[in-house]
Amino acid sequence: MSAPLIPDLFAACKVLTGAIIWVVNQIVLAIAIVIPPFRGLAEWLGSDPVVTALTWLVVMTVMLLWATLVNLLTVMWLERKLYSRLQDRYGIMVSIWSLPFWPFNRKDRPTHMGLGYLQNVADGVKLLLKENLTPRDADSAMFHMAPVLIAASTLMIFVALPWSSGFYVVRLDLNLLFILAAFSLAPFGILMAGWSANNKYTLVGGMRAAAQLMAYEIPMILCVIALVFTTGSLDVFEIVAQQERPLVDLGLFAIPAWNLFGPQILGFVVFTVAMMAEMERIPFDVPEAEAELVEGWTTEYSGMRFGLVFGFKWLRMVAGSALIAILYLGGWTGPVFATFQVGGIAVPIVPEELWFILRVWLLSMVFVVVSWSVPRVRIDQILQIGWKRLVPFSLLAILVAAGAALVGWGP
Amino acid sequence: MPGFWINMGPQHPMTHGLWNMKVKIDGETIIDARPELGYLHRGYEKIMEVREFQKNVVLTDRLCYVSSLTWSHAYCLATEKMMGVEVPERGQWIRVVALELQRVASHLMWLAAFAPDLGLLTGLLWSLRERELFLDLIQILSGARMNQNFPRIGGVRNDLPDNFAAMCRRSIAHFLEKLDEYEVLYHESKVFHMRTQGVGRLGAQDAINWGVTGPNLRASGVNVDLRRLDPYDKYDEVDFEPQVWKGPDPGDSYARFICRYNEMRVSCDIILQALDKMPASGPYRSKPPRRAEGEGYARTEDSRGEALFYVLGDGDDRPYRVKIRSPIFCSMAATPLMLRGNKLADVVSILGSIDVCVGEMDK
Amino acid sequence: MSAGSVPSVNGRPVKGVETEVLAQVKARFGSKILESGIPRPQNVKVVIDRSELVEVCTYLKEALAFEHLSCISAVDWKDRFETVYHIMNYYNGCTIQVSARIPYDDPRIASVCSLWNAANYHEREAWDLMGITYEGHPNLERILLPQDFKFHPLRKDFAQEVDRQYISRRKLKGGK
Repeated sequence: MSAPLIPDLFAACKVLTGAIIWVVNQIVLAIAIVIPPFRGLAEWLGSDPVVTALTWLVVMTVMLLWATLVNLLTVMWLERKLYSRLQDRYGIMVSIWSLPFWPFNRKDRPTHMGLGYLQNVADGVKLLLKENLTPRDADSAMFHMAPVLIAASTLMIFVALPWSSGFYVVRLDLNLLFILAAFSLAPFGILMAGWSANNKYTLVGGMRAAAQLMAYEIPMILCVIALVFTTGSLDVFEIVAQQERPLVDLGLFAIPAWNLFGPQILGFVVFTVAMMAEMERIPFDVPEAEAELVEGWTTEYSGMRFGLVFGFKWLRMVAGSALIAILYLGGWTGPVFATFQVGGIAVPIVPEELWFILRVWLLSMVFVVVSWSVPRVRIDQILQIGWKRLVPFSLLAILVAAGAALVGWGP
Repeated sequence: MPGFWINMGPQHPMTHGLWNMKVKIDGETIIDARPELGYLHRGYEKIMEVREFQKNVVLTDRLCYVSSLTWSHAYCLATEKMMGVEVPERGQWIRVVALELQRVASHLMWLAAFAPDLGLLTGLLWSLRERELFLDLIQILSGARMNQNFPRIGGVRNDLPDNFAAMCRRSIAHFLEKLDEYEVLYHESKVFHMRTQGVGRLGAQDAINWGVTGPNLRASGVNVDLRRLDPYDKYDEVDFEPQVWKGPDPGDSYARFICRYNEMRVSCDIILQALDKMPASGPYRSKPPRRAEGEGYARTEDSRGEALFYVLGDGDDRPYRVKIRSPIFCSMAATPLMLRGNKLADVVSILGSIDVCVGEMDK
Repeated sequence: MSAGSVPSVNGRPVKGVETEVLAQVKARFGSKILESGIPRPQNVKVVIDRSELVEVCTYLKEALAFEHLSCISAVDWKDRFETVYHIMNYYNGCTIQVSARIPYDDPRIASVCSLWNAANYHEREAWDLMGITYEGHPNLERILLPQDFKFHPLRKDFAQEVDRQYISRRKLKGGK
């Protein structure tokens, strides 16, 4: 059976917030010795509504940091290293000794023989330091709003996307619907960005993006419908819990009933292809086609605005991989090989979070290998694939799933 | 929306050089196209009139900097014809080896530029890795990787270094293995076929009429290779097969790609044959006269097509007039034919398959 | 984009064809040829006056199958201009060099764009750099130099600023 490392994120953060508020309260109470009215402030800070509100803030920050600082940076690093090795070169190799402050600014260590993990941080800092240009005739409000929309809608996914059975911000009943809806907000931002920059290249790029993303959301949603035949609910927790039951018992271990093994295999293939197009990865990255349209719809962005739209492409890859892992690959379920006791709390050795991260990162790397091995597909060919091939296949998947449900497949 | 003109270039990651292509698009379809040249015009023909004959080789190297040996060699051939100078046999064989090495390096550079245009960035790194093999060989032979100043009027600058044949054989064996690996990336990739087949068609009659030469012409089905049709140096003693597209669909980007790709293999074969057939020793250079009068022209099969030099002398130690005919200059005139009717995304596929080198186009 | 038929070219030169070609050209045009010769195998050289150009080129293209126009060069001989055409026959590998003489004070000549479209860019370049007008050219404007450039640089009277090292000894001593 699987067990999470953090059984309840809200409770854990509440403890953390309580601790912080206690520390602050001590200072306030110390001041209150001199100025009596501050005692009311201490009471108010310690009261339940305030603690709850601050806990929510802390939970959201933890999830944001987890998604961006840990996952985004690591997936970006993995991608850059992996495709560099595909191309017969080392890849990013900046080492921790290249940092310019003590204790890392030693002269006797090489600055570029390391892991390269800090390269993405350095790129982010570089983008922050660049000048933010706005084209003169651009529609200023839309131009500035578009990256915010893309970033915000992508981060909204992580509100509802759980990383284990306890590590989530909010538990909604219709989790999946919310995640898919948040995924689909980004095309608005892309179209806004492409149109508002007053540039022929970005306009063409934005239009292409809108056409492509619209074409590929249909098969995605149809595959989810096919999935609902098996699972019977749109709750992510329910879907993952159902995939924990054993499908075939081989004595030594059991093959779990992932949705991948079964009639949903067609849905899995279609969903993955549609997800690759949604994430705008090569072979489907025509909106941002570097060779033809300079940078496509992101041409006019500079500085951190560019960093936002560029970096959030990776975050959407993480979210997309997470979605595929949840729906078809069993989510965060996996055997806990052992637990050990830490002061009365049972800590699993291989917790659910680890299984989930493993699946997400491995899926991302599969996408990376595919991306860097094939050329780009032309936009009209992309639309042909989307409408003429994926939609019929997803309808077929619905048919197969319905047939299987009729026969009695499923929990 | 009605057609509007869009500028692809002069600052564009696709153009691989400084030139501009205006295309008129209606949605995604190209209605018309107009290339704009001359951004890199350096006034070569005028400069070459005030430099001595041999010193012009430094300039002709930089005409097409990716394939510099072939251009300097063409100039030396033309000047030799004007002066009536005879190149010794070993010199001619060394020229053949150097030219074919340069041709493979130039084609690899083309591949390294073509693949990322289509989105296949891995192709860039792999092609450049193989190009290093040939650049190393050229460096051992002539002392420089690019702009080598190697051909001389009357021969070549120096003899082959010791053990050059063994080095060539080892590099070529390694390269041919890698070429088989590339087939997985290009020939077996359905997406690559989707991007290059059927786009940018140029019929054979159109190609001949508009002056397109080289692999672009052979891809349209016309069996013309100047190394065979109008042989120079020792090409008539080397046995090779010009790569002509014989399939059902001539003249599209895929045909051009296949013709150039196979030419790399053919060039390796020619190098190995030349190393075997070359006389073991002998003079490699003969002394040209200082001053010359007359006219001479020479055409060679450059990596991109037919390069023709027309050199006139009036008795001075400098040329009176040098005319440079660049294959890309003529192919550029035919690009509107190739582009009309295709989609905007095909511009990169078509222009990449023509192999543009702006240095020779603009002189 | 027209498919057209692919001409059957076998790609190998035919030996001895240059004497035949020269004989045919001389038979057709006789006295209009000012000079002619065979500089080396597979090459024919013919010098004509500018008024015969279209006739000669039409005969070469249609009767003798010289389908590939390689190059059009413009030369400034200080007392006359000359336009040199290098035309090749793909079927037998013969190249003919046609030089058309143009008087110095009237640099105009007929354009051969209607015969070979390859002449389009070459004639624009000759106009751009040398100043010879090609009558009948569809689009005679500057191609390599900027549109508002006023001179024709390749002419001999467009002086180059040269250092002493670039002036030949003959010119330094004799001044020509």
